[in-house]
Amino acid sequence: MLKIKNINAYYGKVHALKNVSLHLNRGEIVTLIGANGAGKTTLLNTLSGIIPAAGGEILLEGKGISGLAADRVVSLGLSQVPEGRQVFNPLTVEENLELGAYLRYRSGGQKDEIAGDLERMFQVFPRLKERRRQAAGTLSGGEQQMLAIGRALMARPKLLLLDEPSMGLAPLVVQDIFKVIQRLRSEEGTTILLVEQNARAALKIADRGYVLETGKLILEGKAAELLENKDVQRAYLGRDKKEIWER
Amino acid sequence: MKSDKLKFLVFCLVVFALPLPLSTGYLTNVLIFVGINSMLALGLNLLLGYAGQISLGQAAFFGLGAYGSGVLTTQYAFDPWLSMVLVALVVAGFAFAIGFPVLRLKGHYLAMATLGVGVIAHIAFNETVDLTGGPSGLSGIPNLSIGSFSFDSDLKNYYLVWSFALAVILLSLNLVNSRYGRALRAIHDSEVAARVMGVNARLMKVQVFTLSALISAIAGSLYCHVMTFISPTSFGFNISVELLTMVVIGGLGSVYGSILGALLLTLLPELLRTFQDYDIVVYGLLLVCMTIYLPGGMVRGIPALLRRLVPARSGNA
Repeated sequence: MLKIKNINAYYGKVHALKNVSLHLNRGEIVTLIGANGAGKTTLLNTLSGIIPAAGGEILLEGKGISGLAADRVVSLGLSQVPEGRQVFNPLTVEENLELGAYLRYRSGGQKDEIAGDLERMFQVFPRLKERRRQAAGTLSGGEQQMLAIGRALMARPKLLLLDEPSMGLAPLVVQDIFKVIQRLRSEEGTTILLVEQNARAALKIADRGYVLETGKLILEGKAAELLENKDVQRAYLGRDKKEIWER
Repeated sequence: MKSDKLKFLVFCLVVFALPLPLSTGYLTNVLIFVGINSMLALGLNLLLGYAGQISLGQAAFFGLGAYGSGVLTTQYAFDPWLSMVLVALVVAGFAFAIGFPVLRLKGHYLAMATLGVGVIAHIAFNETVDLTGGPSGLSGIPNLSIGSFSFDSDLKNYYLVWSFALAVILLSLNLVNSRYGRALRAIHDSEVAARVMGVNARLMKVQVFTLSALISAIAGSLYCHVMTFISPTSFGFNISVELLTMVVIGGLGSVYGSILGALLLTLLPELLRTFQDYDIVVYGLLLVCMTIYLPGGMVRGIPALLRRLVPARSGNA
């Protein structure tokens, strides 16, 4: 589905991604974990065409997408749910969702299909239906996250990039969001790349995981194995600390 | 949607009927400028209020429109209508070309760059004496005419200018309520999110910039034919700031707000004549009060203020 070979990215002189290579198979949930500033968001933005990749290759279903403009990348089936939700605050819930289908409207036709998708989003996220005419900025954090996911799905992506969907949300809400992510894969067959700081929750629903540290991939493996990995536990799951704390 | 159409229709009627009871040419004359300023403010509002991109160089496009038409009709005997179209296209092309580098900038830097465009244009109007007459201005510009019907009186010019202004209002209303308008507001709110939705933000910003320049250029052409005389002082930096003030006072991202802003800021200096040299003080004071108490502009601020005052009273009772 997606194959990244040796990509690098820079912010001025700062080398933010160093020879990163990873792949996603169709229908997989893969999580990318790492601390603040490890380069997780940079990697997603490089995939989306927001930040140019320096060298290396990005292949989406065998097609090179490195260097393409962001709107081309979306039209090829890759959508991102950006970090911190970034819903369009003054626009209504419905308008936000419609913007997700922006390119589909532009390519003409499909009006009925898009309307159908809108209704489907309201089924998946009933809270959004209740608030369809409300400005997105007035929603709660969890609702905004659902809106951001729904908005990205309106583009009918084959591959969905999720950037820290649990950020700043209550644990119960995080559970809801993660259930939705699992449903997306099982019901729609969407391939998902999930970037998270909440490593435990992410590894629990993922098939495989990668660990990114200061721009380098230092570890990869099955999610279940990473959960048991001593280094991962110490660095990202905080199990040792918890035990000390519990004593 | 239906109420929007009704609103526009009522507005058209008001515009049509407004000069009828006015006996003095003076007020009609002022209303002509309200029309021209409305076009300019709307052009800027599309850019600033919807796409969220500031421009302090709107007077440059206004001036290019006015001088383009003025020079072509006086020095080269072009047909006024033809020159208006030509100038509008050339100015739009120019805006499109400079739009790509300029709109890469954001915030203060964008303000500085557009300010630079405005200053350069102003200097050019002053210094190209052979073409524009320099500081002493360009006179003898013909009135517009259709066949043998010449727009030579204030009343005729009023209807001329306002038919253009109404066309721009209609265009803006349609634009902002379309998918395109939604995408513009999305860029305003979060450019990254808009881009990952597939909105080509860079191109779109340049397109709106071009559209606002086009509207300003047409307003400039109208201005020169109505006035029949132009000089560089009408296209200086202070005009760009005045336009910005109209948009902010009326309400960012509100079409009718721009008209209201244009109306107020065109009438205000006329009303403040009695204060003579102190008018600038009153003017500044009003501005300060507006931005403190009605930051959302008149169009949103006044209804909100009323809502706040009315329940406060009934709450006490």
